[in-house]
Amino acid sequence: MDPRLLVEAVFRENPQLALQLRSYIAKLLEKLGEKWGSRARLKIMDFCGTHEWTITHYGLRTLMPKGLELVAGPGCPVCVTPSWELEEAMKLSFKGVTVYTYGDSYRLRTVSPVNGAYSLAEARALGGSVKVVTSIYDAIADARKYGKEAVFLGIGFETVAPGYAHALLAGLMPENLSLMSLVRLTPPAMFYSLSILREKPPEPPVMGVIAPGHVSTITGAKAWVPVAEAFEIPVVVAGFEPIDVMMAVALILRQLLQGRAEVEIEYKRAVSFDGDLRAQAAIHKAFEVSDAAWRGIGFLPRSGLRVREKYSEHDARTRYGIREMRVEEWKKDTPPGCKCAEVVLGKAKPTDCPLFLRKCTPSTPYGPCMVSMEGTCAIWARFGEGGVTEDMVRELGLLEG
Amino acid sequence: MDRDKFVKLAHGSGGVEMHKLIESLIISRVEKKKVEGGLGIDYPDDGALIPMGNGEFLVISTDTYTVSPPFFPGGNIGTLAAAGSINDVLMMGGVPLAALDAIVVEEGFPIEDLSRIVDSMLFVFREEGVAVIGGDFKVMPKGSVDKVIINTTVLGIARKPIVDVPREGDKVIVSGHVGDHGAVILLLQMGVGERVEELEKGLLKSDARPLTRLMVPLVEKYGDHIRAARDPTRGGLAGVLNEWAKAAGKVIVVDEGKIPIRRPVKDYAEMLGVDPLYLASEGAAVLSVDAAAAEEVVEYMRGLGFEDARIIGEVRGSERYKGYVLLRSTVGGYRVLEPPTGDLVPRIC
Repeated sequence: MDPRLLVEAVFRENPQLALQLRSYIAKLLEKLGEKWGSRARLKIMDFCGTHEWTITHYGLRTLMPKGLELVAGPGCPVCVTPSWELEEAMKLSFKGVTVYTYGDSYRLRTVSPVNGAYSLAEARALGGSVKVVTSIYDAIADARKYGKEAVFLGIGFETVAPGYAHALLAGLMPENLSLMSLVRLTPPAMFYSLSILREKPPEPPVMGVIAPGHVSTITGAKAWVPVAEAFEIPVVVAGFEPIDVMMAVALILRQLLQGRAEVEIEYKRAVSFDGDLRAQAAIHKAFEVSDAAWRGIGFLPRSGLRVREKYSEHDARTRYGIREMRVEEWKKDTPPGCKCAEVVLGKAKPTDCPLFLRKCTPSTPYGPCMVSMEGTCAIWARFGEGGVTEDMVRELGLLEG
Repeated sequence: MDRDKFVKLAHGSGGVEMHKLIESLIISRVEKKKVEGGLGIDYPDDGALIPMGNGEFLVISTDTYTVSPPFFPGGNIGTLAAAGSINDVLMMGGVPLAALDAIVVEEGFPIEDLSRIVDSMLFVFREEGVAVIGGDFKVMPKGSVDKVIINTTVLGIARKPIVDVPREGDKVIVSGHVGDHGAVILLLQMGVGERVEELEKGLLKSDARPLTRLMVPLVEKYGDHIRAARDPTRGGLAGVLNEWAKAAGKVIVVDEGKIPIRRPVKDYAEMLGVDPLYLASEGAAVLSVDAAAAEEVVEYMRGLGFEDARIIGEVRGSERYKGYVLLRSTVGGYRVLEPPTGDLVPRIC
């Protein structure tokens, strides 16, 4: 059997296993209730946008027992890219420097206009030089032919960083191309959102984390050990198929029942404890860790990657003298009324936002969480999570037993 | 930039934006919306009905075809223009009889290509026994229209017209694979047509074809049990089900695992981040059928050569929820299947 089809049959199109997992999860939660002496009410945070996609797309929330809530976390790089940085890139585009960007950051809106434009897409319409690419390698190939000054907008988490590092280290970047590194590191964001949620006592506590699978292929599961230790909760690195996510939920509950708070790997077919050491070394060689701003959230210590001085000829910040934002200059950079920052931190659901599916829709996104398919609002909008699904399923008696 | 003041591609994609615009721009401003005793512009269906006084109805449907590119694996704009409007008449329960066509072509378009297109169109009409009784032909200066667009109007007679009103308890049936045409056009528009092996090998092609052989005998035999029939073109299966749920005030529950989707359609849609349930079919039918007859109807459809026909879901009633489509995923979870929005694939048909 084609291994891809096998993975699909086991992890995706497998209603029997899903049914078993569903009752196993329900049983574990019930036992937890017995152990804690009351009905167990808890939240599990899925960090990664792709996990949120899987959960929503496959309707996994309707398979969870009452009392167990899956909440989305900060795992959407486009959502957390500060308006400031985007505005700087747009300014460059109007000065004749071509800006290469991914398709979703192309549509991402800023809070302040640059020459009347509120996004790179609008900047292009108004005469800015902007090109959409699918990777840094696309940008390199195009910049070679193009020959004029150009910048690649390097958005992303640890997953994309090895590619950027390789481009710098292997000397792939043509003389006219530089990198504007907007890479963000995920563990600091997880720390921050978990500590924020701990301060919200009337809500059920976050008692486990489904850790990002792709990021962990690079960082290794070891990156999450400090989270498990500091918050004393289980962290399970999971794959992206629906069965993976259900398994991760079951593993978290089993740990809780056994009184453990460890990092566990469900996604064994791709993730090891140590991760990709060569990629880690390359990232370290090309970048240094810096404090960085997250959109709507503010500065998180040691959460960004800055190009090392050795490669400064390809660092857009030094090349064009882009001033870095200082901590005291930061102000909330989500548009008025938008709850994206709260959604990113798991403090609010998209349906709590008065703009959701009213002023803010996938075809006309207003807030940053509605732009990328990793953004929780975009996922909920596209897959009908308007907050009524679970109740409708109950009323129609579709999931009895 | 205020983009709300201009027409967008999304306004032509058969989704939420289009329905909103045509409602305010056209439908609400039409005074006489139907011929007495018939079905008119105010009801979302495949065509209009005019009573003929003898208990039968004249069925009329018109459609303009703008597909880009005009030639694609499985057919061309001519095949589509004939089959598409024939299918619309069939989905109203009609037997197609006659057609009018109007061609608008760009100056400089090769006559040889135009001839191939017209051949394909006439071939379909001839095969289906539909008379071509008139039409129109216009040329626009180079750059004023993209290559060629065709309008066809097909007329037919219905003894048992199907006005789409799904009822509680009905089973939802599809006649076969969905999304083929949409997937093909999507790949071509993305410029990857030549690199897709399945297109080269003929494993993936547009399903554009008339459904006369299916619908005429089916309506004849089971017409009284068919509460709704539609070909899922723009907006795909998701579009049809949402329109039905809304019009009938019901909840339609479908099982994703039972919806027949070809492997390459599924794979390429996933790669391109598109849900195949929103991709157009041009040779498939969706039916809402009385539960008591549903199994028999499926068997009969299979006997007519539509081997992949199957029940994919049912129509449910709810006090609190109306106008929703619920999709049961491949792991048994549920999500709301949203109506189509945005310009997923412009110029698909």
